[in-house]
Amino acid sequence: MKRRTTLDSNPGAKLIDAFLPASAAGIFELLSPVAPGWGATLLVGLLHSLEIAIGATCLGLLIGTAGAFGKLYGGPVTRDLLAVYTTVVRAVPELVLILLLYYAGTDLINQVLAAMGYSRVDISGLAAGIFVLGFVQGAYSTEVIRGAILAIPQGQIEAARAYGMPPGLMLRRITIPAMLPFAIPGLANLWLIATKDTALLAVVGFFELTLATRQAAGVTKAYLIFYLAAGVLYLAVTLFSNLVIGRVEAWSRRGMPSVKEAR
Amino acid sequence: MSAEATAINMAARASIWLKPHRIVLILIALALVLCAAFFMRWDWLPQYWEMGLMGIWRALWILAVTCALGFALAVPLGLAQAGGPIWFSAPAKVFCTVIRGTPLLLQLWLLYYGLGSIFPQYPWIRESWLWPYLRQAWPYAVVALTFSFAGYEGEVMRGAFAGVPRGQLEAARAFGMSRWKIFRRIWLPQAFYRALPTLTGETVLQLKSTPLVATISVIDIFAVSSKVRQDTYLTYEPLLLLALIYMTITGILVFVFSRIEARIPVKIG
Repeated sequence: MKRRTTLDSNPGAKLIDAFLPASAAGIFELLSPVAPGWGATLLVGLLHSLEIAIGATCLGLLIGTAGAFGKLYGGPVTRDLLAVYTTVVRAVPELVLILLLYYAGTDLINQVLAAMGYSRVDISGLAAGIFVLGFVQGAYSTEVIRGAILAIPQGQIEAARAYGMPPGLMLRRITIPAMLPFAIPGLANLWLIATKDTALLAVVGFFELTLATRQAAGVTKAYLIFYLAAGVLYLAVTLFSNLVIGRVEAWSRRGMPSVKEAR
Repeated sequence: MSAEATAINMAARASIWLKPHRIVLILIALALVLCAAFFMRWDWLPQYWEMGLMGIWRALWILAVTCALGFALAVPLGLAQAGGPIWFSAPAKVFCTVIRGTPLLLQLWLLYYGLGSIFPQYPWIRESWLWPYLRQAWPYAVVALTFSFAGYEGEVMRGAFAGVPRGQLEAARAFGMSRWKIFRRIWLPQAFYRALPTLTGETVLQLKSTPLVATISVIDIFAVSSKVRQDTYLTYEPLLLLALIYMTITGILVFVFSRIEARIPVKIG
């Protein structure tokens, strides 16, 4: 690790130096989106982070819905396999899973392609990242959605069956709308975890916000400024998501008594 | 009578595992494990197992220290948010929001590379007794993981403190207890019991965050497996063993916490 060891005489100037390597104008120069600044690099990194987070959450929701229905209505073998999936994924650190799935996934696809007579392909970091994080998110959202479905009053599903609804229609009209108010807090949490888990892909070398920050900081030596800037960007994503989530939650609970009145 | 009951209990527990499809699944799993044991390369194990044990020990040590310190920090954070005046509750809320809103990896690198690049510029820091510690990586890892645990657990403790019924605190005051004694005997224990189930989850999450310290050159078990991968050019074997180790630790943690939870009376408030 490199650390600056230059020793100046004036400690006050050094404090300012640490935060603003050149001057007050220097900070804007460093973070400006045009060529000498690194703002554009950070924003591209943020864009990649968001792409992966959105893709992984969508894939995770698909896996989670299928997994929840498998766990609730599937046969004994399906249930046991899903239990193994959710337990193992939730017990192993994300970083280890990302490394395992990243290497194993790309290796597997290339071996299948080779067996089918095609040449090897380079799997894009974006697709691999979405697949890996989506697989992890799927295990968590399986549990969230399973709990939400179990929280639906039994009578509603029985009533839907009594009306003769086929399973697909019942899923669309009854189960999903009725489970949403129970599932959204947990799923919102998962979305926030997904945005932060994208940072782990920096370890396998995918260019997202944290790796972009590390590169910018490494080149300019202004470590503190860039890490703080990246923190502000992540925080802005979280706070903006919280606003949207509050709206969505209020929408999904429409027609239900408010929690405050219930007390 | 009791021996009979335990026998029935044992039989019931065994029959969970002895359904036909489960036996088949267990046999398949065993076959997979045996395949992995025979067809994969494990000849590097004797050379590295000592280093691996050190790594496990270091990961567990970091986990224990950061959980303890983080919980100690989470109590005032939760208390300030639950019942403190605004000049205590607002900074606590900001701290929790910032910690929970940014990735731990970023916080870790901010502390290690960011602060770590500032400290050497001050002669008085270089001359102080702290310097030998500040030159190493593990204090930054401990601080980052402690803050992370405190941020998440502070939010839990806020809910737990707020959830203690007012009547309990009023009764304690009616008994003439001092504020500190109310906190020590009534408020904190009841809040702790409420927070205990989430504490299990938080501790497991903290365990799963510990491999991140390998990115700032602390040699934990994850770093050992990376070293094995670099030295032997094996991809899967060290990672699979690593996953198994983490699963074992998680299992032990969950078991220990469930024993602790079972000792605590369920009916509260």
